[in-house]
Amino acid sequence: MTNENLNTTAPSGAPAEASAGVVGTARVKRGMAEMLKGGVIMDVVTPEQAKIAEDAGAVAVMALERVPADIRAQGGVARMSDPDMIDGIVEAVSIPVMAKARIGHFVEAQVLEALGVDYIDESEVLTPADYANHIDKWAFTVPFVCGATNLGEALRRITEGAAMIRSKGEAGTGDVSNATTHMRQIRQQIRALSSLPEDELFVAAKELQAPYELVAEVARTGQLPVVLFTAGGIATPADAAMMMQLGAQGVFVGSGIFKSGDPVARAKAIVQATTFYDDPAVIAKVSRGLGEAMVGINVEAEPAPVRLAERGW
Amino acid sequence: MTTRPTIGVLALQGDVREHVRALEAAGARPVPVRRRSELDAVDALVLPGGESTTIDKLLRIVELDEPLRAAVRGGLPVYGSCAGMILLADRIEGGIEGQRTLGGMDVTVRRNAFGRQVDSFEADLDVAGISDAPGGEPVRTVFIRAPWIEQVGPQVEVLARIPARATDGSPVAVGAGKIVAARHGRLLATSFHPEITGDARVHALFVNLVREQV
Repeated sequence: MTNENLNTTAPSGAPAEASAGVVGTARVKRGMAEMLKGGVIMDVVTPEQAKIAEDAGAVAVMALERVPADIRAQGGVARMSDPDMIDGIVEAVSIPVMAKARIGHFVEAQVLEALGVDYIDESEVLTPADYANHIDKWAFTVPFVCGATNLGEALRRITEGAAMIRSKGEAGTGDVSNATTHMRQIRQQIRALSSLPEDELFVAAKELQAPYELVAEVARTGQLPVVLFTAGGIATPADAAMMMQLGAQGVFVGSGIFKSGDPVARAKAIVQATTFYDDPAVIAKVSRGLGEAMVGINVEAEPAPVRLAERGW
Repeated sequence: MTTRPTIGVLALQGDVREHVRALEAAGARPVPVRRRSELDAVDALVLPGGESTTIDKLLRIVELDEPLRAAVRGGLPVYGSCAGMILLADRIEGGIEGQRTLGGMDVTVRRNAFGRQVDSFEADLDVAGISDAPGGEPVRTVFIRAPWIEQVGPQVEVLARIPARATDGSPVAVGAGKIVAARHGRLLATSFHPEITGDARVHALFVNLVREQV
């Protein structure tokens, strides 16, 4: 055997002797996100909700203490969830479990990694713990997903080690307009980069406030080097399908399912609409008889200080 | 004999695009399959990596499950990676309540056998038919919350196993000796994801298998 890599260590320096290979590589982290593509990741706050999500066809669940709509309504500092609550959800389902850490709170991330969650969302939905630095995500074996409102922000997060990006929407509102804006923004900036001659990429990198090498890679390939999902404000099958048509590779649905009248039916419908995002007949069929959608909040009516998408930089 | 066989990639969920690229590199003509009419038009099919419970539910919702079972019984060549391996297994362990497979391979597959995402890994492995060919190198394999094969029937050919020991002689703690690639007639399955490494040799193995049938 020429398995020269069998004994190398993980990025965190932990010995990999228990594994048959190298854990925590960029390929393993980014590859995990590739397997989620075309799927729906659902926010859940109890093991029962996690089971409902799994049975409805979710590709993963996001374990958190309060859905964004409640964080928004109740205010206060929003933090990482109780480990007992995360354990309960990890025990309840066999699909991947994600959990949120506050922006910059690397110890919350260490705790989540120790709990065995499959992906950490360094999330603006929680109250930031550091207004200057995000978490150094290369230091972890567990992969991270981060939010972005534009291409520069996405590339800064990838530079810090994010293995997946989700465009930010305005979480907890049921208003999809911000998700639309940010997905269009990211796609438009990628298209613009692809059309630039090579000698203009240096200034483009400066303006995007992102490393030249990453900018040049995006310009060459016409896509991010990691999977791009969308999140925030998705409440209906049509919302999910629109995000897919705009170029998202999958969707996160937060308050939209369990704050609606019939979570089981709505969860199944959003899963189907995400798969058949380009087939209006299917979207029409699954949109029938879903009961009440979550009560929406118009993003424009929210004062800027409580807009979550503006957290992170 | 078709020189560029048309190979479908089941496109309900998962890393469809990566399989499409690998099949192109291996000399096939890949097409996404989400509907019965699309299934009927292919010479062979790839079941991609993804979430096996989600793909199982979507297969039933879009009523592709029975046509696919019939196609497998009828001799359609199928290759499944990771979730695709689970779908091809006659028996699974660690599935959720009510989870079904398409079946066809006389194997028992354990879902999420290697552990959670923090246990996901990559390694070089010897794969029969690839690394034992003249000048053949080991295959870089990527295991993501991967299954393994617990048990195989008499007609199943084992193509790769996790070695019992690492190169320094220390025992491999999880998965030592487990089967991670196998072939049963026209059905091929791997626990790992050759589609995300840029190495198209496993797909080429499958394309050759398809060419023998067409």
